Amino acid sequence: MYNGGKIITGLVIFVLLVTIPVWYNRGTTARSAPELVMPTNAKSCVLPAEEMRAKHMQLLNVWRDEVVRTGDTTSIVVEGKAYPKSLQLNCMECHTSKVNFCDKCHDYSSVTPYCWDCHIAPVE
Amino acid sequence: MFEKALKGNNYYWMWLAFLGLIIVIGFVSYLRQYFYGLGITGMSRDVSWGLYIAQFTFLVGVAAGGVMLVLPYYIHNFRQFGRITILGEFLAIAALLMCVLFIFVDLGQPLRAFNVMLHPTPSSMLFWDMCVLLGYMFLNILCGWVILTAERKQVAPPKWIYLFVYISIPFAISIHTVTAMLYCGLPGRHFWLSAIIAPRFLASAFAAGPALIVVMALILKRVANFDAGKEAIDKMVTIIIYAAIANMFFLSLEFFVGYYSQIPGHMHSLEYLFFGLEHHGHVYNNLVPFMWAFILLFLVGMALLCYPATRKGNDLWLGVGCASIFIAFWLDKGIGFVLAGFLPNPTNEITQYYPHLNELLIAAGVWAIGFFVLTILYKIAIGVEHEIEA
Amino acid sequence: MDKKRRNFLKIAGISTLAGLGATTGLGRLVGGAQSAVAATEEAATAEHGNAIEQNAGDTPCVNRYGMLIDVRKFREDLSLGERVVRACHLEHNVPNIPVKKDEIKWIWMTHYENAFPEQPHLYLDQTNVEFQLPILCNHCDNPPCVRVCPTKATFRDANGVVIMDFHRCIGCRFCMAACPYGSRSFNWSDPRPFLDDATMNKDFPTRTRGVVEKCNFCTERTRLGLQPACVEACGDTKAIVFGNLNDPDSEIRQMLKQHHTVQRNPSLGTFPSVFYIV
Repeated sequence: MYNGGKIITGLVIFVLLVTIPVWYNRGTTARSAPELVMPTNAKSCVLPAEEMRAKHMQLLNVWRDEVVRTGDTTSIVVEGKAYPKSLQLNCMECHTSKVNFCDKCHDYSSVTPYCWDCHIAPVE
Repeated sequence: MFEKALKGNNYYWMWLAFLGLIIVIGFVSYLRQYFYGLGITGMSRDVSWGLYIAQFTFLVGVAAGGVMLVLPYYIHNFRQFGRITILGEFLAIAALLMCVLFIFVDLGQPLRAFNVMLHPTPSSMLFWDMCVLLGYMFLNILCGWVILTAERKQVAPPKWIYLFVYISIPFAISIHTVTAMLYCGLPGRHFWLSAIIAPRFLASAFAAGPALIVVMALILKRVANFDAGKEAIDKMVTIIIYAAIANMFFLSLEFFVGYYSQIPGHMHSLEYLFFGLEHHGHVYNNLVPFMWAFILLFLVGMALLCYPATRKGNDLWLGVGCASIFIAFWLDKGIGFVLAGFLPNPTNEITQYYPHLNELLIAAGVWAIGFFVLTILYKIAIGVEHEIEA
Repeated sequence: MDKKRRNFLKIAGISTLAGLGATTGLGRLVGGAQSAVAATEEAATAEHGNAIEQNAGDTPCVNRYGMLIDVRKFREDLSLGERVVRACHLEHNVPNIPVKKDEIKWIWMTHYENAFPEQPHLYLDQTNVEFQLPILCNHCDNPPCVRVCPTKATFRDANGVVIMDFHRCIGCRFCMAACPYGSRSFNWSDPRPFLDDATMNKDFPTRTRGVVEKCNFCTERTRLGLQPACVEACGDTKAIVFGNLNDPDSEIRQMLKQHHTVQRNPSLGTFPSVFYIV
């Protein structure tokens, strides 16, 4: 093989780089899902918890476009209770703590949504 | 063919390392801007576009200028351009890359840049500009690469490529026309609101683009043993002269319309650029030296290009002449045109623009990226030429 | 016919076709804007609000909200201007940035010669030299900013209000170049450090760096049946009257009928929805 030594060294470095996540986290035990502080003043949400966990970001995007762009501010009615389509004025009414609710999962899954760059989080 | 770019003498690597250093400095400066926001530029509420958009506008012209080689060669069968047409096409690629980068560094929310494609808006000229710029970049990469590959194998290029070559000609015109339309369709900006902006842009592009190619060809003759051919260079200089005169003619028409009609809005920006604009007892004139340098360099360049002894006798004078024209039109379009359009602002106040150091470093970095890519592309093209000759 | 000429004719033919295509495309492109204007003029003469096909918006404009500013009232009460600006800027969390080049403003007081620069006058009456009047986004019926936005981040809503979608804005600032009234501001850096936590309106978002912002005719308030913050700040003075210009019975239309009013630079064909009694 031409330049065999160089090629093999290069390949080793490449494999090491690609596998960084594996050996960097070696030894640390798999982290368990974060414990969330659930609201005390409400039992239900606009969707079941399972669906909210998986789809709240899409839901918020749809609400955002409906409210900002089409001016459709009608509330979502679930089991007779009306929920306005608003992160600040609805979601945070029950989930009063950003730190103990939003951030917990977002930190865990290493996502940084830009909602709070503009929307004002409740005082904690 | 990329392997051609991996072999070079010391000067080649030193040049690339030098450009690399500027790119790194530019990149670090960009990170600073990215994390702070566009506040660390000289741009303001009143002058909301600055150096970046001005460079973008000028470089679209450089990219379009390449068509002045493609058109005579492919349409009029002007054989002497055969060796250097590829220089025009590759210059267009590098210039367009710089254009895209200048737009990108100018965005307040760069991560959302793809919104332009996610939510296409045909009423916006910026949307169309993106379409024609990306289209022209694609066409140049395709045509340049296919034709160079054929040349290397010493066979005729495939017939289908000519379709794309012919399409690239109106595309070259369109990139600069649409770029002019970014400006000339805005109500209330009198300096830009002129139907002659697109032709003026094209005229200045057809001078500045070929001028840069001549300078490049002269440099390559010295450092890479690549001779473009006397006849080709001479024909290019003729094109540069006519295009440069056309640009100045269009500019003088702007002066006539403004000063003969005496409509203040049509005079303000010209006055600010060339003489200093008086407003409430204060004279605003920070661009005046640049504009007179533009006029002076144009005259020097023209003299050197028109006088037979300097034009044909000596490569150095020819190079200086072409460089003068290039820098002159850079001052005109890459500084003056965009900035002056914002003065006075819609509420009749005046804010002057001074670039921030960080902004200058980012702009230098983008230029360095362009020249880095250009160097590599030219290295490949010339490597292929040498290979055929050998 | 030799080969060269045949090739030339082929290209000429193709370019002509391309040219024709471009013309029809352009026709369609400006068609949207023109129909809006035509429809408005029709609505004005027919004295009823039409559903107007709009460019770039997600919904057609049914109403056309507008404002009538009585500059005389601002001369009578010199503190009124400051109150109006303060009310708006507090309502919308508009930061108070001391560096002039980075300034953000939605409504502000300025001199007659700055608000109406197309009316230059050497012998301006003393009142207009001395006193200031409020200016804000004109919410044009044919807005250039909406036309140029490459992402539809700025658009007209069903009430004819020119809205900013801060989530979508990429910060290209084309709209700032296009606005002939200087109504738009850009967030040159994060605005939060320039806001006072104590006075911040918790029900309205702030902005992030790198987006353009401007007056929104208090959409968040009018939705709830409230008057815009600036109108409310004027109390009973009727210094600013807000209403639907497409409704012939609205107060604003009645007032427009009774007074001589002007718009800022109307010759540009933008059809501003803010009127002034000077």
